[in-house]
Amino acid sequence: MSNTTVTEIELDFESKRFSVTKPEERFDVQGDMTDDERIEKAMVNFAKDFGRVSATYMEACIHCGACAHACPFYEASGNPRHTPIWKLEPFKQAYKREAGPLAFLYKTLNLKPKVTVDELKEWQELLYDTCTMCGRCTMICPMSIDIATLVGMARHAMFHAGLVPHELYTVTAKAQKEGSPLGATPSVFEDRVEWMGDEHEVEMHIDEDQADVLVLMSSIEIQKYPESMAATAKILNHMGKSWTFRTDGYEATNFGMLSGNTGWQKDMSMKVIATAEKIGAKLVILPECGHAYQALRWQGANMYGKPLPFKIQHISEFLADAVDAGDLKLKTVNKSVAFHDPCQVSRRGGATPAPRKVLEALGVELREAESGGNMNLCCGGGGGVITIHRADTLRYKIMANKFRQLDSTGAEMMVTSCSNCRQNFDESGEKLSWGKDMNSLLELVAENLVEDAKR
Amino acid sequence: MTLLDFARGPAMQIAIIIFVVGIVWRLVGVWALRQKKDLSEPRQKGAWIGGIKGLFVHAWPYKPFVPKVGTQYIVGYVIHLGLFIVLIFGTPHMLFFADIVGFTWWTLPGGVITAVAVITTLALFIALIKRLVNPVQRMISNFDDYATWFVTTAPFVTGLMTTMGMWPHYETGLAIHLLSVWLLLIYFPFGKLMHSFWFVVSRYTTGSRFARRGGMA
Repeated sequence: MSNTTVTEIELDFESKRFSVTKPEERFDVQGDMTDDERIEKAMVNFAKDFGRVSATYMEACIHCGACAHACPFYEASGNPRHTPIWKLEPFKQAYKREAGPLAFLYKTLNLKPKVTVDELKEWQELLYDTCTMCGRCTMICPMSIDIATLVGMARHAMFHAGLVPHELYTVTAKAQKEGSPLGATPSVFEDRVEWMGDEHEVEMHIDEDQADVLVLMSSIEIQKYPESMAATAKILNHMGKSWTFRTDGYEATNFGMLSGNTGWQKDMSMKVIATAEKIGAKLVILPECGHAYQALRWQGANMYGKPLPFKIQHISEFLADAVDAGDLKLKTVNKSVAFHDPCQVSRRGGATPAPRKVLEALGVELREAESGGNMNLCCGGGGGVITIHRADTLRYKIMANKFRQLDSTGAEMMVTSCSNCRQNFDESGEKLSWGKDMNSLLELVAENLVEDAKR
Repeated sequence: MTLLDFARGPAMQIAIIIFVVGIVWRLVGVWALRQKKDLSEPRQKGAWIGGIKGLFVHAWPYKPFVPKVGTQYIVGYVIHLGLFIVLIFGTPHMLFFADIVGFTWWTLPGGVITAVAVITTLALFIALIKRLVNPVQRMISNFDDYATWFVTTAPFVTGLMTTMGMWPHYETGLAIHLLSVWLLLIYFPFGKLMHSFWFVVSRYTTGSRFARRGGMA
């Protein structure tokens, strides 16, 4: 395995899944470091954000194995290696040996051996390919251990040790270099905003000097579902909001966070935060993207180092508030709907009631799937998993379970509020002949806006 | 000094010292770690209520998980409740504690305690077999899991043998029973028996963190 990584970044514009072209040769190890250096970097970066909370979780596991039964990856594969807590094994070992209250015993008596690079390489698949950080394992854990957060920290270690899967590293490097993981550079973004404005005859606001609302997009939307931009504009114009897109801060997905590079995570968040401050925004609206919500809503202020001077809402929360305030009048959609909750927005984000309020305003018959809402089954594509080709087989198996869950509702229409989930549904749906489309909540609202109800 | 004198004297004292100091060391070792303040704007105030709620909601699996782990929880409850009942409501145990605390309390008939101890021991063996047979549990298990099982099961087995008069020499048997309990106390701070404390801390931590966000409990 080479220690270098490719510099040319090829994108797959043709396939349903919009990502890096399947590499002919994989480079899953980055940088030129000795094994000792890799281990040291891994441990330093794992420990960097280690505090009381993470230590408590490390201490609390009783090895009951219950977490396996909540994990979409284990449920699909039946492979014990996919047990959520096992995905942290080298880091648990390192914690006990190096940092825990009994570290002196473990180290002196060598009760826990030192973690090796080979182990970390083996665990790359477990930390990246088979975990979306969906957090369902926490729900089943009798100790309530937040394994997803620990996986996030383990990814910090893996990134700095140069042990990120090829494609995820590539899109992350692209995002850091160009401002978008999928080629939606500022000029591409501007072009596409203009195009959507013309196509849908909706007034677009871009690069306004001052605005109350800064609207962000995910690269998946800009490139694959550009109607999202038109839909957002249509709704905000309808509500008479002072809003803008900005070419210096528009991209909400945070591959820095997904890959584990906290420095890049901060850069990506700060770009948006600085833009919002510059234009005096009171509200930043996040697009239909789960991890973007996690990155800015719940981690943004921690990256900034102080509370943010503006409010942050996921688009579904914004729509729910607008419905509540009577700012949106919607046509009735006479259909039964099943809603797929994006893990990072619902279970781990807390916005679970918002889409339901919006769907209620649309007058649909909401059919909750078994184990829906906060308990929802992850689609298996989040956390960067969808970018990794070697993860495909298992991802399709997870999706087959997901399809069964949604189909059992007998609903006519499928809706979600995450474009990454949506592209996973679209791509897997074609592969598995699902025969249904996954719809965007935002676009559904925009399509059913009663225009004459303008305030 | 007979083995019983040793068990009732220095062995007990050493065990209790290691037990107490070890627990304090391990708890303080974690609590003394710094924790960065979460600067994100909370969705709602009163996160501590969610923390308290978290203590209780994780006491039984959520509905979709019951078919998968319900039995495991029941076995767990049998072990924990059995341990508690035998320890507190067994007459010889009560008398042992009464010597220390200076008052007595109501106990269960010996036959009931024996039955509870037998059931608990069986549950412990079921748990062990599951750990050895279930691929997930077998994979994630380490020395601590088996050591914990051993130091928990030993007092039950030796206690039952004492009650049933199965030792060739009663006093030596009683001493072995006491020593097995001291072994449990000595091992307690070093392994996962510490979950007696961590379960509160961990459940509260997650409950309050997510109450702040408004998501899961």
